Amino acid sequence: MGAALLLALAQVAVLAVVLMAVHRPLGDHMARTFTTERDLAVERGLYRLIGVDPRGEQTWRAYLRGVLALTVVGIGLVYLLQRTQAILPDAVGMPAVEPGLAFNTAVSFVTNTNWQSYSPEATIGYTVQLLGLAVQNFVSAAVGIAVAIALVRGFARRRTGTLGNVWVDVTRAVVRILLPLSVVAALVLVAGGVVQNLTGFTDVATLAGGTQQIPGGPVASQEAIKLLGTNGGGFYNANSAHPFENPSAWISLLQVALMLVIPFSLPRTFGTVIGDRRQGRTILAVMAGLFVISLAALTWLELRGAGTAPQLAGAAMEGKEQRFGIVASTLYAAAGTLTSTGAVNSMHDSYTSLGGMVPMVNMMLGEIAPGGVGSGLYGMLVLAIVAVFMGGLMVGRTPEYLGKRLGPREIKLASLYILVTPVLVLAGTALSFAIPGVRADVEATSIANPGVHGLSEVLYAFTSAANNNGSAFAGLTADTPWFTTALGVAMLLGRLLPILLVLALAGSLASQDTVPATSGTLPTSRPLFAGLLGGVAVVVTALTYFPVLALGPLAEGL
Amino acid sequence: MSLLLTRTQAVEALPLAVRKLDPRVMWHNPVMLIVEAGAVLATALAIAEPFLGGPADSGGSPVPAPFTAIIAVWLWLTVLFSNLAEAVAEGRGKAQADSLRSTRSTTTARVVSVYDAAHDPAATAAPLTDRASSELVVGDVVVVVAGELVPGDGDIVHGIASVDESAITGESAPVVRESGGDRSAVTGGTRVLSDRIVVRITSKPGETFVDRMIALVEGAARQRTPNEIALNILLASLSVIFLVVTLTLNPIASYAAAPVSLTVLVALLVCLIPTTIGALLSAIGIAGMDRLVQRNVLAMSGRAVEAAGDVTTLLLDKTGTITYGNRQATDVVPLHGTSREELLRAAALASLADPTPEGASIVTLAAGEGHAFGPDADGSTADGAPTPDGEVVPFTAQTRMSGLDLSDGTRIRKGAGSAVAAWVAGTGTDVPSATAAELDGAVTAISASGGTPLVVAQQDADGESRVLGVVHLKDVVKAGLTERFAQLRAMGIRTVMITGDNPLTAAAIAKEAGVDDFLAEATPEDKMELIKREQAGGNLVAMTGDGTNDAPALAQADVGVAMNTGTSAAKEAGNMIDLDSDPTKLIDIVRIGKQLLITRGSLTTFSIANDVAKYFAIIPAMFMGVFPGLATLNVMQLSSPASAVLSAVVFNALVIVALIPLALRGVTYRAVPAASLLSRNLLVYGLGGVIVPFVGIKLIDLVVSALPGF
Repeated sequence: MGAALLLALAQVAVLAVVLMAVHRPLGDHMARTFTTERDLAVERGLYRLIGVDPRGEQTWRAYLRGVLALTVVGIGLVYLLQRTQAILPDAVGMPAVEPGLAFNTAVSFVTNTNWQSYSPEATIGYTVQLLGLAVQNFVSAAVGIAVAIALVRGFARRRTGTLGNVWVDVTRAVVRILLPLSVVAALVLVAGGVVQNLTGFTDVATLAGGTQQIPGGPVASQEAIKLLGTNGGGFYNANSAHPFENPSAWISLLQVALMLVIPFSLPRTFGTVIGDRRQGRTILAVMAGLFVISLAALTWLELRGAGTAPQLAGAAMEGKEQRFGIVASTLYAAAGTLTSTGAVNSMHDSYTSLGGMVPMVNMMLGEIAPGGVGSGLYGMLVLAIVAVFMGGLMVGRTPEYLGKRLGPREIKLASLYILVTPVLVLAGTALSFAIPGVRADVEATSIANPGVHGLSEVLYAFTSAANNNGSAFAGLTADTPWFTTALGVAMLLGRLLPILLVLALAGSLASQDTVPATSGTLPTSRPLFAGLLGGVAVVVTALTYFPVLALGPLAEGL
Repeated sequence: MSLLLTRTQAVEALPLAVRKLDPRVMWHNPVMLIVEAGAVLATALAIAEPFLGGPADSGGSPVPAPFTAIIAVWLWLTVLFSNLAEAVAEGRGKAQADSLRSTRSTTTARVVSVYDAAHDPAATAAPLTDRASSELVVGDVVVVVAGELVPGDGDIVHGIASVDESAITGESAPVVRESGGDRSAVTGGTRVLSDRIVVRITSKPGETFVDRMIALVEGAARQRTPNEIALNILLASLSVIFLVVTLTLNPIASYAAAPVSLTVLVALLVCLIPTTIGALLSAIGIAGMDRLVQRNVLAMSGRAVEAAGDVTTLLLDKTGTITYGNRQATDVVPLHGTSREELLRAAALASLADPTPEGASIVTLAAGEGHAFGPDADGSTADGAPTPDGEVVPFTAQTRMSGLDLSDGTRIRKGAGSAVAAWVAGTGTDVPSATAAELDGAVTAISASGGTPLVVAQQDADGESRVLGVVHLKDVVKAGLTERFAQLRAMGIRTVMITGDNPLTAAAIAKEAGVDDFLAEATPEDKMELIKREQAGGNLVAMTGDGTNDAPALAQADVGVAMNTGTSAAKEAGNMIDLDSDPTKLIDIVRIGKQLLITRGSLTTFSIANDVAKYFAIIPAMFMGVFPGLATLNVMQLSSPASAVLSAVVFNALVIVALIPLALRGVTYRAVPAASLLSRNLLVYGLGGVIVPFVGIKLIDLVVSALPGF
C-alpha cells in the first residue's frame, strides 16, 4: 500500500507539473484564437464555402440557431452513414446499423457523450468511424468550446446584443486548437505503440492451434481527439483498456493528461478574455481542488479494497488495468468521469461498491472539475453565479459577478440549468422501473446483476447520458429499445437544454453594463469564494442525489 | 426588541396567521404552498388510515399508529408559523397606520372660488365656499387659519404659519411653513397653530401623503423587489429538484428496496425544500421597511430600500449635512499697524446689529476674548468702549458689505475683500501697496484653508480710512462624520460633497470632513450631470434634497431622499421621505438596505445548510429496514426510523419560530469590507446551519422517543 501510494503521488505530481506548464500557453493561445480579427486562409475559404461573414456578430438566439443547426445536421449525417454502412467503402464487412442503435449512436457522438451501446469493432466500419464519428469528435468538442467562449464574452462585453459568430468560433476551435493538438498527440501515441492502419481484421494462428481475428484500424488518430475533445468513444469496445488503444503505462498517463489539458486551460482563457486572470485562477483552483479530493477518495477506497472478494484476493483487482495497477486505473477513472470523456482503462462496474460510487458522483457534480471541453467551464461559471448570488446577498449588495448584476433573469436561467440534469437522471432511472412494460424488459434483458447493483447500473447509465459522459457500468445491456431511446433523449436534452440556457444567460449578461467593483463588492478571486463555490457544487449535488445513492452504492457498500 | 417573540405579539398575530392559510393567499409563496399541500395530504391519510387497517410499513420499518396524525399536525404548524412571522411583521406597521388613519378624518375646506394671485394673493376679498376635504381637486385654493386642520396636501401660496406636524412626524414642536422657497409644503391632516395661510392643493383625496404612508406601513403597497424575485426563483427551483427527488424515490426503491409510505415522502419533501427562508422571506421584507419607518423614513417602495443597500456613490450637500450650515468666526488676522483688539472690537461693533449667524459668531468670538458689548443700560461696555450708537448699514447684494455708521462719524464696514477695498478707495484714501499685498496674502491663506475671509475696514471720524484686518469665518464640520465616512469607504461607498463654495474652499472642507470627492460651485444642472455621469459608470447614486430645483436630481438618483420640510415637488420626485428632515440619515438608510439583503442571504444559506443534517436523519430512517448497513449514516443515533422522521419535521417547524425575531430584527451588520462580512456570515449561518440541526434533531429525538411506539 505504501508503494502504491508513492506511485499515486508520483503520477499525480507528473500530471500536475505537465498541466501547470501547458495551461498558460495553451490558455493564452485559446484566448487569442477567439479574440483576434485575423482569419487564416483555410478559414476564409471555408467561410466563403458556407457563405458566412466572419465579422458578422450574432445575438444569442442566432448563435443558438447555429449550434442547433450543427447538431441536427450532425445527427442526420451520422445516422445516414450508419444506416448506409453496408454500401460504403472500407466497411470491413459491417452491415447497416439498426435504426434504434443508429439514432442512439448519432446523438451520442454529436452531443460529445460517446456512449456506446454497441461493440465498435463488431458494428462500425472505417468510413463511419472516420467520416461520422471522428468528424463529430471534432465538431462536438468545438461546439462546447464555442458555447463557453460565448458565455465568457457575455461577461466581458458591455451593453451589446451580440456574442460573436458561432461559425467562426467553431471553425477556429477545430482549425487552431483541436486539429493541431490532435496531430501532435496522434504522432506521440503512434510512437508509443498505438496502432494506426486500415488493414481490417488479421487472422492469426494462436499457440494453442486455434485461429484468432485481430482487429486493426485508424486507432491513434481517433484516440487523440477522443481524449483531447473529451469525447471518450473508443475504437474498440474495451476502450483504453485495450492494449492497441493504450499500450503502456506512460501512454496511459499521457492519455489522462490529454483529457485534462483543454478543460484545465480554459479557465486561463476565461481570465485572459475578461481581463482579470485572478478570476480564472480561482475557477481553476476550484476545479483542481475538487479533482484532487475526488481522486484521493477513489484511490483510497480502491486501495482499501473493502468487500468479500477483494479481501480474499488481497486487493480490488477485478476489472482494473492489470498491467498498470490500481492507481493508474483510479487516476484514469477520475479523469474520465470528472471530464465528460467517459474513456476508461478499467471497468467501473467492478470497482468496490463505494469506489464505484465515486465516478458516479463525479458525473453528478455536473462534470465541472474540470469537465468537458467548454462544458466544464460553462457549468462551473453557472454554479459560480449561484454561489455569488448567495454570497452576494450575505454581504448586503445586489449580487454581481464580474461586474454583472445577477437579477431575476440571470438567476432563472442558472436555476434551470441546475435543474436539467438531475431531472433527466432521476426521471430516467425512475421511469425504467415505474413503467411496468419497461420494467419487465429492464429486469429481464438489461440488468445482469439483479438487486442493488443492477439499480446502480441503470442509475449510472442515465447519469452518464444526461451529463454527456459516455462511460458505463458495464453490466448493463443498453442495446434495447427502451435504453437506446431513453438514453438518446437524455443525451440530447442533457446537451441542448444547458447550452440553450447558457447562451441565453450570455446574451443577458452581454446586454448589461458593468458595475465597477468596490470594497463592498463580493470578492470572487479569493480562497474564501473558491471554498464557497466548491461547497455549493458539492452540497447541491449531495442534496440532489443522496437518496438515490443510498439505494444504490451506499446500500451495497455499507 | 427582545430575542424571543413576545406572547402578546404572537397572540395578536395569530388570527391573521390562520386567515393566511387560504391557498389563494399562500399562492405567492410557492415553498410554503407545497408544505400546505403536504399538510392536507397527511391529514387526509391520517383520517383514512384507521379505516385501512393502520399505517403501512415504510421502507421495511414498522410505523407507529399515531405517526401520520402527528406529522400532519406538525406540517400544519410549519405553515402556521410561517404565516405568523408575516403577521407579526405586518402587525408592527398596523399600529402606526391606525394612528395615521385618525388624522384622515374629513374636514371642511374653505375654498377660494376665484383666486386672483396678482391682485389678491391673501384671498381676503375673494368669496369662500365650504366643501368637504374629500371632494377637493388638484388646483383648488383653500384658506386655512389657526386652529384648523390642513384639508389636503398642498403648497402655501401666501402667508406664513406655524404648523403642528406631530401626527406624521411624531415631533411635537411646531414647524414654520411659508410661501415661496423650500418650506412651502403642508400636509393634509396637520394642524395650523397660528396665522393664516392660502394653500394650493397638489394631490387628490385618497392619494395624499398620509394615504400613501398608510398603505406603505401596512404593507399593502408592497411589491416584490428584484432581489426577492430572484431569490424566490432560486428557492422555487430548489423545491422542484427536491420534488423530483421525492417523486422518483419510490419507483426506484420499489426495485431494489421497499417503497416508503406517502407520509414519510411528504415529510422528506417538506424537510428538504427551503422552508426556513421560504417561511421568513416576506417577514424579512416587511420588517426591513418597518425598520425605516421606525427611523421616521418612508420608503415609497421596497425596491428603493434594496437600492439603498446597493448604493456606491453618496451625494451629500455640504450645508446642513457635512457642516452645521453656518460659518462661524474662529479667528481674526490684523494687518500691520492694527492691534488684534482693535480689529476684534471693530468687527464686533459692526456685527452687533447683524442678525446672521456669522455676525453673531463674531460678537461671540470677541466676547470670548473679553470684548463684550452689551446693549446694556449704562451706555458703556466692560472695557469702556462707547455704546454703539449709530446707523446700521445692512448687507445688500450690490454692496456685498454691511456695517455701522457711528454717531461720532466713524464708519466701519465688513464684507468681501474686493468690496471693502473698493469702499476704502471710494473714501478717497489710497491703500498702500504693502498693505494691499498683506491683505491679499491673508485673504488667500484663509480661503485656501477652506475658510471665508471677511475684511474689516474703518473710516475714522477724521475721514481717514484704512483696512484693519480679516475675520476668519469657518465652516464647522459636524463631529463624528470623519469616522462615518471611513465606515462608508470600508463598505465600498464613495462620498461626494456638493457645495456652492469655490473649489478652494470646497477642497479644504472635503479634506477636513474626509469625503472622497467634491463638486464645487455646483448648480442643480451640475448635480444632475454628476448623477448621470456616475450612473453611466455603473454606480448607484443616493442623494438628499429639499428644494424644488432638487427635484429632477432626486428623480434621477437611484435613491432620492426628500426632506419632509421640503417642497411637494421634491417629495414627489424622491423615492424616500425623511420625516425628521435629517440629511445625515442617508447613511442609516444605506445600512438598513444592506441589512435587509444580508438577512435574506444569511437565512437562505442557513436554510439550505440545514438540509445536510435532515438527510442524515431521514435517509437512513427510510431504508434501514431493508438495508441495515445504512445505520452507519445514522450518525445522530436517533432512536427509531419513525422518531427520526418526526424529529426532523418538528425541528423544521420550530426553527422557523426560533428565527422570527432574527428575521424581524435583521442580522447584525458591521461596516466592514465585503470579504470579512462574507467570512463571518458563512461561518455563522453556513457552518452554524450545518451544525445546529444535528444538535436540535437529536434533542427533539430524545423527547419523541419517549412517546409510545417511537
